[in-house]
Amino acid sequence: MPRANHIPWWRTRRTQNVAFQVLLVVGVAVLGFVLVTNAMETIQRQNIATGFRFLNNTAGFDIVQTLIPYNETSTYARVLLVGVLNTLVVASIGIVFATLLGFVIGIGQLSSNWLVAKLCRAYVEIVRNVPLLLQIFFWYFAVLRALPGPRESWGLGDAVFLNSRGLYLPGPHTDQGFGFVLLALAAGVVGSFLVAARARRVREVTGVVTPVLPLVLTLIVVPVAIASAAAGFPVTFSWPALSGLNFDGGTVVLPELMALIVALATYTASYIGEIVRAGIQGVSRGQMEASQAMGLSRGQTLRLVIVPQAMRQIIPPLTSQYLNLTKNSSLAVAIAYPDLVSVFAGTSLSQTGQAIEIIAITMAVYLTLSLLTSAFMNWYNARVALTER
Amino acid sequence: MRLLFAALTAVLVAAAPAWAAGSPTLERVKKNGYLRCGVNEGLPGFASPDAKGNWTGMDVDFCRAVAAAIFNDPKKVRFTPTSAKVRFTVLQSGEVDLLSRNTTWTMSRDTQLGLEFVGVSYYDGQGFMVPKKLNVTSAKQLNGANVCTNTGTTTELNLADYFRANGLKYKVIAFEKNAEVLAAYDAGRCDAYTTDASGLYAERLKLRNASDHIILPEIISKEPLGPLVNQGDQQWGDLVRWTLFALMNAEELGVTQRNADQMLKSANPEVRRLLGVEGAFGESIGLTKDWVVRIVKGAGNYGEIFERNVGVNSPLKIKRGQNALWNKGGLHYAPPVR
Repeated sequence: MPRANHIPWWRTRRTQNVAFQVLLVVGVAVLGFVLVTNAMETIQRQNIATGFRFLNNTAGFDIVQTLIPYNETSTYARVLLVGVLNTLVVASIGIVFATLLGFVIGIGQLSSNWLVAKLCRAYVEIVRNVPLLLQIFFWYFAVLRALPGPRESWGLGDAVFLNSRGLYLPGPHTDQGFGFVLLALAAGVVGSFLVAARARRVREVTGVVTPVLPLVLTLIVVPVAIASAAAGFPVTFSWPALSGLNFDGGTVVLPELMALIVALATYTASYIGEIVRAGIQGVSRGQMEASQAMGLSRGQTLRLVIVPQAMRQIIPPLTSQYLNLTKNSSLAVAIAYPDLVSVFAGTSLSQTGQAIEIIAITMAVYLTLSLLTSAFMNWYNARVALTER
Repeated sequence: MRLLFAALTAVLVAAAPAWAAGSPTLERVKKNGYLRCGVNEGLPGFASPDAKGNWTGMDVDFCRAVAAAIFNDPKKVRFTPTSAKVRFTVLQSGEVDLLSRNTTWTMSRDTQLGLEFVGVSYYDGQGFMVPKKLNVTSAKQLNGANVCTNTGTTTELNLADYFRANGLKYKVIAFEKNAEVLAAYDAGRCDAYTTDASGLYAERLKLRNASDHIILPEIISKEPLGPLVNQGDQQWGDLVRWTLFALMNAEELGVTQRNADQMLKSANPEVRRLLGVEGAFGESIGLTKDWVVRIVKGAGNYGEIFERNVGVNSPLKIKRGQNALWNKGGLHYAPPVR
């Protein structure tokens, strides 16, 4: 006699779960198929050129800031590279400044000094509640209006000039033999890491602290100095000088870059400040009291006990702020900074009309940047995670 | 899975538009009850909303002329402001029926985007505006200049060509929107502002002290501006093209907004054909035979549209120049209606 509560195989929970998953996957696949075929059909019907061959065509326009050699006869592939590098410049400098300012604001919010704490609090509340695009415009036009024209530049000696066209600095040009200097520098850096690692092992085993800073400085400075002298100081500087309507020579930091970095760094710092405050407050009070009981100074307590523990809670949300900053850098196009979106998804798109290809490439670039940042931060997070000895 | 694909294909085939006789675009416009027209976001003289929110300008009036031809009512238009960057995509995706947005007719745009330029509504050319205090009187003196312009236009390419050809150094500062180009130029970021000359006259009006800025004599490019439609609907393309020609033919034959009704009694056979008193030319493009009467009464002829929006008595003060008719020393030459 069959059991009354026997469940047939097609009604078991397991089968149903699998069935729903399969249905979902099939549904998504069909949707994707329909979207892609529809787009392809439309493109074909409208005779729109497709494919990635346009990347080898001559771009024909100039870009105001390029880290690699570029001119009007370069290809769209080169434009893509220039744009990616310009985005990386903004993102990396922005991340450094945002982190520094964010930690200052975060720790400042917990200061026992009433004024400092309230000022930091006010900073967070004001800056993070105003749209970023407005802040970018504010900094850009505030900076532009404040700076003099090129003929009335503010100068520092004959080397540094500041005007509405940018900050002009002496530009280094490397001559033959510069490779040796770089080699010496690399050797010094590698040596320093070895020395630091050894000092760390000694401290962990014996508890004896070896001061490594002087040794490291010697290891880096001395070989570089010797190599430079031997190669006959292979770096020459070109000096900015007024020629025609503007300054020529040297290197220039564009006002667009300055405004963008200030805006991105101050905006993101307000979020990082909150993350840092939360991270520190997340460390139990007992830790503070215990380290005071062991006779650590306030600074030591913060540096050796609180911050390392707080970092574990700070890093994951900090990562998403870094990603946000990188993605927000695409607002650059509004103030003419030649980032990826401006030169590639803007000018190149308009010249070639290859909207789908160009936007796909641009999205792929941002995705890659974000995933790389994420991967690095996860690696770092794993390194500082709680290890039990 | 194969069954699924078969079913899907069947659905797609069934959903594909039937290529019936007539113009699907015109059918859609008539069904909607209004024309959807892509225009500039704000370029005085060509397309800009006035204080009451009414769109005015040459490009806007062209949209009105097309609406008048179809509906006998120039007001049956919905305007979509488009940036330089998205304009082609907006048209390709069918969000507008017609793009009338000071767009330069180039070979690559005509052949690679699936679009069709119907004609030239304004002969333009790229120029430079500089502050008077710069003491520059020719574009050749702009060596080392910082030049502000828009991204996503032919101006960036012309600029590069011009400075390269003349062996001059320059830096291009390219913004996404007109408003920021002008604000940056006004704030002293650039020595010069470059765009189509018509655009320079229009943007100069927005500066705090318009008289402190001059437009240099050099015109460095050919910029034939004209309306576009999507490829594939030949009759719709014909309708828009002949609306443009009708405006010019009306000016040539002296048919104006005011005298259009009296001109119906004209003895001139050319006028009689144009206004549909003889023959029924409008019907071959899906319209009525009095289509030109509707257009001219709704929007005026080409000359009237020009003078009203950008002419010497408008704030822009642009002379007819190349934009005069062929028999008055200009370049506009419309094929005859016959």
